[in-house]
Amino acid sequence: MNEMNRKLTAVIVDDEDLARAIVRELLKPHADIEILGECANGFEAVKLVSEGKPDLLFLDIQMPKLDGFEVLELIGPDIAVIFVTAYDEHALRAFEVHAVDYLLKPVGAERFEAALERARLRVGTVATPEATELAATARTPGNYAERLVVKDGTKVQIIPVAKLDYVEAQDDYVALASQGKRHLKQQTISSVEAMLDPKAFLRIHRSIIVNLERVVRVEPYSKDSHIAILHDNTRLPVSRAGYTRLRAVLDRQS
Amino acid sequence: MHPILGQSGRLGPYLLAWVPLAGVLLYLLSGPGGLTTLEAAMMVLPLCVVYAFICLSAWYSCRGTPLETSGFWRLALTHQMAAILVSLLWVLIAKYLAIALSKADMFSDLREKVARTYPLLFASGVLLYLLAVGLHYVLFSVEASRDAERRESEARVLARESELKALKAQVNPHFLFNSLNSISALTSIDASKAREMCILLADFLRRTLGMGEKTGISLHEELALVRSFLSVEKVRFGARLNVEERVTPDALGFSVPPLLLQPLVENAVGHGISSLTEGGYIKIDVRCESNGKNTQNSEDAAGSQDLVIAVENNFDREAPRRRGHGVGLANVRQRLGARYGNRAQFEAHAEDDRFRVEIVLPAEKQEPVA
Repeated sequence: MNEMNRKLTAVIVDDEDLARAIVRELLKPHADIEILGECANGFEAVKLVSEGKPDLLFLDIQMPKLDGFEVLELIGPDIAVIFVTAYDEHALRAFEVHAVDYLLKPVGAERFEAALERARLRVGTVATPEATELAATARTPGNYAERLVVKDGTKVQIIPVAKLDYVEAQDDYVALASQGKRHLKQQTISSVEAMLDPKAFLRIHRSIIVNLERVVRVEPYSKDSHIAILHDNTRLPVSRAGYTRLRAVLDRQS
Repeated sequence: MHPILGQSGRLGPYLLAWVPLAGVLLYLLSGPGGLTTLEAAMMVLPLCVVYAFICLSAWYSCRGTPLETSGFWRLALTHQMAAILVSLLWVLIAKYLAIALSKADMFSDLREKVARTYPLLFASGVLLYLLAVGLHYVLFSVEASRDAERRESEARVLARESELKALKAQVNPHFLFNSLNSISALTSIDASKAREMCILLADFLRRTLGMGEKTGISLHEELALVRSFLSVEKVRFGARLNVEERVTPDALGFSVPPLLLQPLVENAVGHGISSLTEGGYIKIDVRCESNGKNTQNSEDAAGSQDLVIAVENNFDREAPRRRGHGVGLANVRQRLGARYGNRAQFEAHAEDDRFRVEIVLPAEKQEPVA
């Protein structure tokens, strides 16, 4: 019962004033929940959440700048998220990314209470670390990401996949190389691979995914390995298995 | 399928048509042919029955040489050759029939008599066969036009169905849910505003009701629907939604398919305004334009004009792509195509942060029939 007495902090994210107003109103009787702030778009949400570290997030899906899933991908797994949207078709994906609940607009008070109850239970427990992973991979097959989002401090970077040169795993992070810059993101390389269209991107090494359009040539390096040379002379290691895959693709193209 | 054998009730009339032909042949054989009437009848009856069926084989040569695609010489050659072969066969049958009949005493000289009529038989055989060819071609074209009619009516039904489907999809349920959510929020903040929005929403829904049954409404009506839609969205988006409308009054009376403009505006709200945190604009531009056609025919002023309808909005190029993008636009394009063919144009393009859809369709006065 201890955590029930703890005050919870919440952030409301929706681009419509009235939609935020109703969540605010529904929260009013709950003295144990303090509203940290409200945001009208995904950028603000990421900023506010990383600064304020709320326990609870009310999140719309269709918003300017970043959609709800992209916000979730950037803010990490420590927050209990309740989606509030007029669209029922995202429900499955929402639960796959471990959302606490999925409320449909117009939101009724009873349904809202039930969602809050679930959120209170969730806040006490440790969230699964793979939530971000799931956010990235929970997409229907054949429906690949058109862009990747990265957080640089409190700023959000959007990288269209066409501008992504390669992805390199670095400890707990991946580095997304685009237009001469490397953006670090807390994600595994396998989950990045799952987001990208395999026709355009190839895993050429345990720790490297390359944009096939950027590969200029492949040269032997040592007895067992090769290197891929990109348009800007970046040299990337190619493993034996990676070379077999790359050869197959390049042969198909020529 | 054979046009005569393939359909019940056609063989009877066909055989009946042979009766006068048989009569003519009877006359030819008994008069100039030199046979007695009885002899001629004994010959003509079986010969005509057999030949009536032989002539049905004209179907094969007709099917092999369709009138539309075969040249004159090919047609003439094919059917002439077939006629000669078939007629020779017929003469051969006549010969053996005469031989068989001449076994009877009363027809003992029939064989010689019939032999003298071979040229006559051959000539009538060729003529009769060519007549059958003509009949088959007529039946073919009857069938073809029936087919075309059926196909056309099927296409009409399909077009109508897609139209209805499009119309049904037009009143976006998410628009309803979001509006209801706004009303729900307003009830405690500003009750009279909530009531106002209920009325706006009801007004919009009432206008869309029954639109599916109409094939055309006046542009004036369509614009009223669009304004009604936008006034609901205005409550949701507040200052983020800015609308500029430029409509020339002479365009208002012309007829347009119902829900032509509304999906364009809904698209502009869904992909434009709602992607912009600071808000954006929607420009609606409607005017009449002379199309340079039918200019001599001064009575038909409507036919010489086009309606030009344009909807432009700004959007955030970096916004996440929304689901269902372009579905509403594709519907409008499809419906225009089904209705006006190449008399209407649909053009949509994005430039920088502006998206513009332009429709050109023939300016038609409203028809009184529904």
